[in-house]
Amino acid sequence: MYHTKTLSELSALLEAGDVTSVQLTEHFLQRIKNHDTELNSFITITAEPALKAATAADEKRKAGKAGPLTGIPIAHKDIFCTKNIKTSCGSKMLDNFVSPYDATVVEKMQQAGMIILGKTNMDEFAMGSSNETSFFGPVKNPWNTKAVPGGSSGGSASSVAARLTPAATGTDTGGSIRQPASLCGITGLKPTYGRVSRYGMIAFASSLDQAGPMAQSAEDCALLLNAMSGFDPKDSTSLEKDVPDYTADLNKPLDGLKIGLPKEYFDEGLSKTTNDIVQKAIDEYKAMGAEIIDISLPNTHLAVPVYYVVAPAECSSNLSRFDGVRFGHRCEEPKDLEDLYKRSRGEGFGDEVKRRILIGTYALSAGYYDAYYIKAQQLRRMISDDFTRAFEKVDVIMGPTSPETAFNIGEKSDDPISMYLSDIYTIAVNLAGLPGMSVPAGFNNKMPVGLQIIANHFDESRLLNVAHQYQQKTDWHKAIPEQFK
Amino acid sequence: MSLGSDDVKSIAHLARLEIDEKNIEEHAKTLSSIIGLVEEMNAVDTTGIKPMAHPMDISQRLRADEVLEENQRELFQKVAPETKDGLYLVPQVIE
Amino acid sequence: MEWETVIGLEIHAQLRTKSKIFSSASTAFGAAPNTQACAVDLGLPGVLPVVNAEAIRMATKFGLATNSEVCKHSVFARKNYFYPDLPKGYQISQMELPIVGVGSIDIDLEDGTKKTIGITRAHLEEDAGKSLHEDYQGMTGIDLNRAGTPLLEIVSEPDMRSAKEAVAYMKKIHSLVQYLEICDGNMAEGSFRCDANVSVRPKGQKEYGTRAELKNINSFRFVERAINLEVERQIEEIEDGRKVVQETRLYDADKHETRSMRSKEEANDYRYFPDPDLLPVVLDDVYLEEVRKTLPELPAEKSTRFVNDLGLSEYDAGILTTSRELADFFEAVINESVEAKLTANWIIGDVSARLNKEDLSITDCPVSVIHLAGMLKRIEDNTISGKIAKDVFDGMWKGEGDADTVIEKKGLKQITDNSAIEAIIDEVISNSPNQLEQYRSGKDKLFGYFVGQVMKASQGKANPAQVNTILKDKLK
Repeated sequence: MYHTKTLSELSALLEAGDVTSVQLTEHFLQRIKNHDTELNSFITITAEPALKAATAADEKRKAGKAGPLTGIPIAHKDIFCTKNIKTSCGSKMLDNFVSPYDATVVEKMQQAGMIILGKTNMDEFAMGSSNETSFFGPVKNPWNTKAVPGGSSGGSASSVAARLTPAATGTDTGGSIRQPASLCGITGLKPTYGRVSRYGMIAFASSLDQAGPMAQSAEDCALLLNAMSGFDPKDSTSLEKDVPDYTADLNKPLDGLKIGLPKEYFDEGLSKTTNDIVQKAIDEYKAMGAEIIDISLPNTHLAVPVYYVVAPAECSSNLSRFDGVRFGHRCEEPKDLEDLYKRSRGEGFGDEVKRRILIGTYALSAGYYDAYYIKAQQLRRMISDDFTRAFEKVDVIMGPTSPETAFNIGEKSDDPISMYLSDIYTIAVNLAGLPGMSVPAGFNNKMPVGLQIIANHFDESRLLNVAHQYQQKTDWHKAIPEQFK
Repeated sequence: MSLGSDDVKSIAHLARLEIDEKNIEEHAKTLSSIIGLVEEMNAVDTTGIKPMAHPMDISQRLRADEVLEENQRELFQKVAPETKDGLYLVPQVIE
Repeated sequence: MEWETVIGLEIHAQLRTKSKIFSSASTAFGAAPNTQACAVDLGLPGVLPVVNAEAIRMATKFGLATNSEVCKHSVFARKNYFYPDLPKGYQISQMELPIVGVGSIDIDLEDGTKKTIGITRAHLEEDAGKSLHEDYQGMTGIDLNRAGTPLLEIVSEPDMRSAKEAVAYMKKIHSLVQYLEICDGNMAEGSFRCDANVSVRPKGQKEYGTRAELKNINSFRFVERAINLEVERQIEEIEDGRKVVQETRLYDADKHETRSMRSKEEANDYRYFPDPDLLPVVLDDVYLEEVRKTLPELPAEKSTRFVNDLGLSEYDAGILTTSRELADFFEAVINESVEAKLTANWIIGDVSARLNKEDLSITDCPVSVIHLAGMLKRIEDNTISGKIAKDVFDGMWKGEGDADTVIEKKGLKQITDNSAIEAIIDEVISNSPNQLEQYRSGKDKLFGYFVGQVMKASQGKANPAQVNTILKDKLK
């Protein structure tokens, strides 16, 4: 059936006239209807506008004006502003917010002709690694509905893994694309910082946030990245650099590829089974002619502490605009201005968001700024320099995406620190602004395990090439959980 | 460094966040443990290292001085909690 | 005890860009509420700022004109606080690395000497919106049209020692920003505003006293009054054995008092940090040189040129260069080939007096450059006397046409025909037999009487020089 097909397969079917966009859209809407009560991966489903857009896409195709993605459905993480569609960011604060404008990513995907099925569930304001902080309830992992899908792009990962949508957008501030991709057994890519516009993507930590594709395969990610990337004059941090065709290098042989394995990514924190799976994937690469080089990223252990200064500091300021004045939740009958602020924010934000706002406020406050914020920025440079040195010797760096497979819902929700540490392998990549991917590499106890691949700035083409070649030799990315087949 | 209830209260006030009195203790505990995690940074000497605020070492691009926006007040105020005569309303501000 | 006043000013000049500092919304004044507040100005979720090139250029011009260091690497920072007119919950400003560093400007004191006032820095930031406190069912209305308008905050050293010096400095900066065409200087619309840091100390003491910050001063007159009032208050506090507290005080022009702003009293912790949505602004020498080339002639240079090339007195040159508009008007008139000194006298005299009386600025002067020049030429070619010119000027002011039309219509043309003057003189003499007799018997003083009578009879139009000559002849 259509839902087992990749984007390029669907594209070929559409082009051959074997299926229409309306049929595809109906098919996926029906799957969402049938399965999402179980997964809770969507916050909003936009059936009516989707079918309208699909009809238009079919006409476009008839007129010979279709691109490779025209008429193919997609789901957007609910962090992207979508005009006339509720954009909640997983929060009560924005439960009533219908965005008056489209995010650049949304606009670009629409220009590419993609059909929006709906908005996917996520950790509140993207703060979380399990999707349990959403105001709209936790998302379930399709491989085991008692387990978390990871976060914060948990709804996107879960819906792609269950084949409720052919693809989804995600955002990654400390691993929020890669970690759920890994836990749900799909392919996810976080591009170089600045490669994809942040305009209209509700900010969590501005210097770390980056949008990216989540799909069944590296090839699909390449097609999506082609449509998503590019300079945006509305984003000062957007890069004025040409976007290559990311599908162009997919089939390049990996002969002589230099893969760096940081010893810090394979230490005692990593579960034995995950380690074995990653090692097996590395062996696969060796067989393809890659050279394995042991490297060190000595400041890896500092990434989590640094992140928990930088991200909360930026978020404490970014989230100040949610004050109950111009949009969003406003408390009932505020008795004065301070009451309006405090209660609107107190009621609108959940515990994890509050926690991070408090930490960030504290880190920036008088007397602590140097000890926390400046110190973290200095260490951020040291972490980034580790990578610069590594990429003088290797083409890509590989390791696990997450130290363990999906844990059960509720298992870590009372222990923020252990939750934070589950991002230990993904966070440094955001601090350094590098592109990173997670690719399905096997199963442990029937739960997916992801291989993380990291490349140098702007080297997404290589990343996709390396992932695609692996997916030519393995079938892990094709696995679908039994009940969603 | 650990935070007490009073610290939490004053930070919460700075951040204009109402926090239930009964949760303050717990917040103080959690925040203290996060700060404990963060303070692992102190073990590293960073003397002379330039703080890094951005992942990319690039400079600000400047925009041409052009008026491109049109009035969209009606659209924007559709999502506003309370407006009158085109103004956003808030409880009286005392100067 | 003798007290010394110490004043530093923070001037906020709205830059004259078409669009806002971080968005493409219009900065025009006076639009209906919130019609010029775009998604970025409103701080909608997901929006991002992009810096206006013109704001950077204008700040650079100011830096170059005050011989300040223009920083090649400046950084925008967030100043975090909650206020309804501040949509994002933070103001984008500059903290550690402002665009303009240390510089200075000379002010003219009343005794004719100059004093150098240090400029600590000037940084770019966004203006806030406006809170309207009229009663909306017990609520405050927020208009965010002004939010995001570029401001250059010019911070002086505490170098001023009296309210008068503070006003002189403020006027100097006011004139400069208009010369540079970076601010319209309109104080009534809030385009040019000032906060004053005021403290007192016993004369001779080195350490500064505790200062109060006076907010919301929006005219030169109020600056002087507010500072004097505050100085009196501080001295009284100290002399009564109390202490001056460091605080923000609001000047209330209606009640003529300064009062503590309770709402801002709470110690603020602005949690400044570099704005992660913006990157460092980097300027190079080529850019600075390019901007330098666009700098106009500044007041001091212009004044020197007026003295050296046009022969004006330093006093006149000083007055004419206080505003660029006035200087431009003056130069436009002399470009119509009118003599400089005559032009200066008229502009400083009758033109300015009339403008003041009707509370108009030179740009609103109803008498155009061409009309004024036309009239001055008629003085130069003796068509009218200086005295008659006042009537012509009045006619032109009232819109009766150019000088020649007014002269013609009102019959103000000077009589230069000898025979016509002779006829008037003959009649005057024949009507004044007594005076003629006394004059001829040696009472020379009566000459003036005859001149007066002739001018009266000619309704002031007889050419005074000709009247003199002919009269002397006839009275012999």
